[in-house]
Amino acid sequence: MTNRRRRPFSRRSFLAGTGAVAAGISIGPRFAWAAEEPKLNFYNWDTYIGETTLADFKDASGIDVSMDLFADNDELFAKLKEGNPGYDLIVPTNDYVERMITAKMLSPLDHGKIPNFKKNVATAFQDTQFDPGRKYSMPYMWGTQGIGYRKSKVDGVPDSWKWLMDSDKYSGRVALLSEANTVFGAGMKYLGHPYNSKDPAHLKQVEDMLTKQKPHIKVFAEDNGQDLLLSGEVDITMEWNGDILQVMEEDDDISYVVPKEGSLLWQDCLCIPNGAPHPGNAHKFINFILDAEAGAAIADFIQYATPNAAARELLPPEYNENPAIFPTEATLAKCEAAIYLGEDAQRQRDEAWTRILAA
Amino acid sequence: MDSWRKNPLVFWAFNLPPTVWLVLFFVIPLTLVWVLSFGEKRGIVDIEITWVLDNYARALQPLYLEIFWKSIWMAAAATLVCLIVGYPVAFAIAFAPARWKPYLLLALMVPFWINILIRTYALIAVFRTRGYVNFTLEWIWERANGALNLLGLGEYQLLGAQFQPLDLLYNNFAVSLGIVYAFFPFMVLPLYANIEKLDRSYIEASLDLGAGHWRTFFSVIFPLTWHGALSGVIIVFIPALGAFFIPDLLGGTDSQLIGNVIERQFKSANDWPFGAALSFLLMYATFGALALRSLAAGRKRGLEL
Repeated sequence: MTNRRRRPFSRRSFLAGTGAVAAGISIGPRFAWAAEEPKLNFYNWDTYIGETTLADFKDASGIDVSMDLFADNDELFAKLKEGNPGYDLIVPTNDYVERMITAKMLSPLDHGKIPNFKKNVATAFQDTQFDPGRKYSMPYMWGTQGIGYRKSKVDGVPDSWKWLMDSDKYSGRVALLSEANTVFGAGMKYLGHPYNSKDPAHLKQVEDMLTKQKPHIKVFAEDNGQDLLLSGEVDITMEWNGDILQVMEEDDDISYVVPKEGSLLWQDCLCIPNGAPHPGNAHKFINFILDAEAGAAIADFIQYATPNAAARELLPPEYNENPAIFPTEATLAKCEAAIYLGEDAQRQRDEAWTRILAA
Repeated sequence: MDSWRKNPLVFWAFNLPPTVWLVLFFVIPLTLVWVLSFGEKRGIVDIEITWVLDNYARALQPLYLEIFWKSIWMAAAATLVCLIVGYPVAFAIAFAPARWKPYLLLALMVPFWINILIRTYALIAVFRTRGYVNFTLEWIWERANGALNLLGLGEYQLLGAQFQPLDLLYNNFAVSLGIVYAFFPFMVLPLYANIEKLDRSYIEASLDLGAGHWRTFFSVIFPLTWHGALSGVIIVFIPALGAFFIPDLLGGTDSQLIGNVIERQFKSANDWPFGAALSFLLMYATFGALALRSLAAGRKRGLEL
């Protein structure tokens, strides 16, 4: 029982798709205080913060952090869409950061209050396409999507989307995620199109391919592909790297690979939503997270890739050199970030997905 | 019957809370959703109410009608199973010795103390390839195979070379089973209430006069308790029709029900007006079912008068 990192559920799993159950928001006061009360309402993914981070922050600043959890970006977005119910700090993924910037749901950050950003964060993360100048978002963690597989049940390393989307080789032992956007994105990459292609002809190609592949797919997993893999229900699945890493700790026979055609590169960000009751405290907490030691403690515990270069220096090689956490430069070069596609393209994808499921 | 006019204070004291509740938590939210279903999206968060019927037109496309039809079919099948299994269970409880009844009812209700989502996850552990059902079957298979070997029949491999686990999960069967499991008590309780009230002497009379058990059930018991069955059918069928996380968790690649489509509109597809229109089509179907019920109730009252 040496595994202190063993987490009961993945941050993206378990309650996914059941937003209805996730009730109970702590509603903070909506008016700004001249001097903010020492409180912070943090809305985060499950198992996505260091074991003692919140307590350490309270010791350092006297600010009490109360943390609520969301299961996926859609839940986060749906909850803030009709107005901020009282959150100070949220953790959306890059395409949702873009979406929320477009919808004017985020407050600009004061970089003067976050000195650790310039000091500690790796150059590659100092600026970004989805938020030029990092006006609204600070990088928190990043990763890839790829293929989790059971080594003893597949031939070699199944490093292509082909095995999931265009082959009957593992018929009945395959799971894909039930997220239209990432499944279409991966299909686009496999067919050699851009990840974020809005071309209806490309969409049709992917739709036809998946409709044809359906008999060989066991299940479109509600983001519990890692559990299906662990329990032997499937032998090869599309999943988030962190989720597979988690079961790799429990089962040596499981591994993860980013397909050679390229995949999704994601980045979760720290953002302050409009109407946050304690924006000053939120800035303090962001700066605390981007600190070398605090950042190292978080990354060490949750085992996701941190953009915090200073934190990485404090971490052991088994973290820094783990290919499932940090893919090689060559692999990364083929990956793309998801961008916000716009409402029309989104609707087309949803309808195509409905058709695939109904076929 | 107009005594409430004499005591208006008492009348309102009793009626105000439920009225406020109904308006605040039923009429107002439902009206909002209804209004939303006539809206159009303007960008990511803005919805303009333009009173267009586009959302309904889209919802009535063959793609969605087929999904509606499949949901209705699936909910009906699950309801039928609940009814067929529910009758004997309700009977057993109603005819059990009086001191057992509370415990039997409790046994029926105890699972309800656990959240339905967690119980659905538990079903996964029971039915998956390496789950408890397959473990049990494997155990039986090994014993049976061992017995055959002992009898010298091992070489024929009558039971196959090795145990083949059943694919119980990730198909429409699992979804129906999940729905039956989730809503079964809703069927048993109204049935039990009706059977409990049933005058036992009718059954004795029927049996004494030479009717068999089946005849007694269909000619005497069912006509006297079908009201409970109807209540059960309705309160099972309606939530089953809107089920979304059961097909999400237990379903396979072709287990999409209308509840899943609606859920996606409010989440990943971010198309609330369309989701609202789909919800209201479902609601109209529900109202239809309720209207049929009250029609049936009215006819029964008419007969009694």
